[in-house]
Amino acid sequence: MIVIAIAIIGGLGLIFGLVLAFASRVFHVEVDPKIEQIGEVLPGANCGACGLPGCGGYAEAIVSEGVAINRCAPGGADVVEKIAQIMGMTADAADPKIAVIHCQSGGKNNTFFRYEYEGIKTCKAAVTLSNGPNLCDFGCVFQNDCIEACLFDAISLDENGMRVIDKEKCTGCGACVKACPRNLIELVDKKKRVHVLCMSHDKGAIAKKKCGNSTACIACTLCVKKCPKDAISIVDNVAVIDYDKCINCGMCADVCPTGAIFDPLKEIRAEKKAAALAKAEAAKKALEEKQKQEA
Amino acid sequence: MQFIGSMFTLAIMSIFVSNFVLSRFLGLCPYIGVSKKLDSAVGMGMAVIFVMTLASTITWLIQYYLLVPNNLGYLQTIAFILTIAALVQFVEMVIQKMAPALYKSLGVFLPLITTNCAVLGVSILNITEEYTFIGSVMNGFFSGVGFTLVLVLMAGIRERLEQAEVPVTMKGMPIALIVAGCMALAFGGFAGFKI
Repeated sequence: MIVIAIAIIGGLGLIFGLVLAFASRVFHVEVDPKIEQIGEVLPGANCGACGLPGCGGYAEAIVSEGVAINRCAPGGADVVEKIAQIMGMTADAADPKIAVIHCQSGGKNNTFFRYEYEGIKTCKAAVTLSNGPNLCDFGCVFQNDCIEACLFDAISLDENGMRVIDKEKCTGCGACVKACPRNLIELVDKKKRVHVLCMSHDKGAIAKKKCGNSTACIACTLCVKKCPKDAISIVDNVAVIDYDKCINCGMCADVCPTGAIFDPLKEIRAEKKAAALAKAEAAKKALEEKQKQEA
Repeated sequence: MQFIGSMFTLAIMSIFVSNFVLSRFLGLCPYIGVSKKLDSAVGMGMAVIFVMTLASTITWLIQYYLLVPNNLGYLQTIAFILTIAALVQFVEMVIQKMAPALYKSLGVFLPLITTNCAVLGVSILNITEEYTFIGSVMNGFFSGVGFTLVLVLMAGIRERLEQAEVPVTMKGMPIALIVAGCMALAFGGFAGFKI
């Protein structure tokens, strides 16, 4: 009895297997071997930064539709070079980009709340409930959708509960950009250092009052006047840096009265300046004393 | 004449009254998944019609010439799934060779027909409803037609929904599911028809 059952099911499987094996010969489709090679080179994260459905789709698009080979953000220059070798083209890497969160509130630096949010733990839900729990209509609602969205573990929380982007891990794929319902995240050239970390379109005083961190951009135009390259403009009550013109000088960050413009080197520069001042002061004093003694 | 009449009844029954998607609730995955574009919906519908008809034919033969004579009725599901999987694989190869554009637009849903409950459903229903050979082939074909009908209707509606003003929270999948519910209600009007 069992033997018959095994024989029948096994026989069915065998027949189907043979038919399929035969069919795969008859209906064989030639696939360009380059597609497979490129597919192996690509990171395989299927992040969609290239704008095509998955790494496989991108590999096929490169070979059959001639799509540019530098669209893979996570892969970076390495991958572009490898694809270029496969395709027999010259490598032309795109500038590496990283994500920047244009808001400084969150964690212990909370904005003020208009109500306590206890709904579903996602930013998308939080912003739909009477425009978000925090007083600032434009700021981060810290339900951490960006952390969830990040495919490379590049976004984490620091000791203050702020979202920090790891510059080494971030590949500039833009998954977090799509995830943020407030559109606070932007992909920026990795070399650029100075960023406006505020998106509040509220008028100056109101923006500052609503921001729990009081680091809102108040559209005072000091940075606009100070910038040597005319790279900053005020758009809708927020300073916006034109990254094509920015030269990383950080003068805007020095002059910003609220600290909305961030430059990681600002403090170092300030220390150096203070040290130089102190030195000058000391030299002056020494000179004065010397003169006194001489007198 | 009687044959044509019974076929007509069968067609009305399997396309409208006991529609696979909207009254039996089988094959919902492609119904939601492939109904974004009219073109791929039509392609998917055609593939399902083809697979369902073929599957009905072959599984009926397997049931009555292999399993029943050997008292192996309990192996029905396994044997049917084996058949359907092989069949879909075969269809996939043929489509990839003959119509690469269709193959591309169907994407992952073509292999998913393999595990589509609608195809297994129609095979098993053919047996439980005790259709004749011709009856099961026709049932398979018309069930596929019914599936295609609702799939194409849904795709048409969803293409228009793209342009419609839908509240942000309801955009995309939520409104699609609501539309699916409304369509099921509408098709519920056919329930209890007897010809």
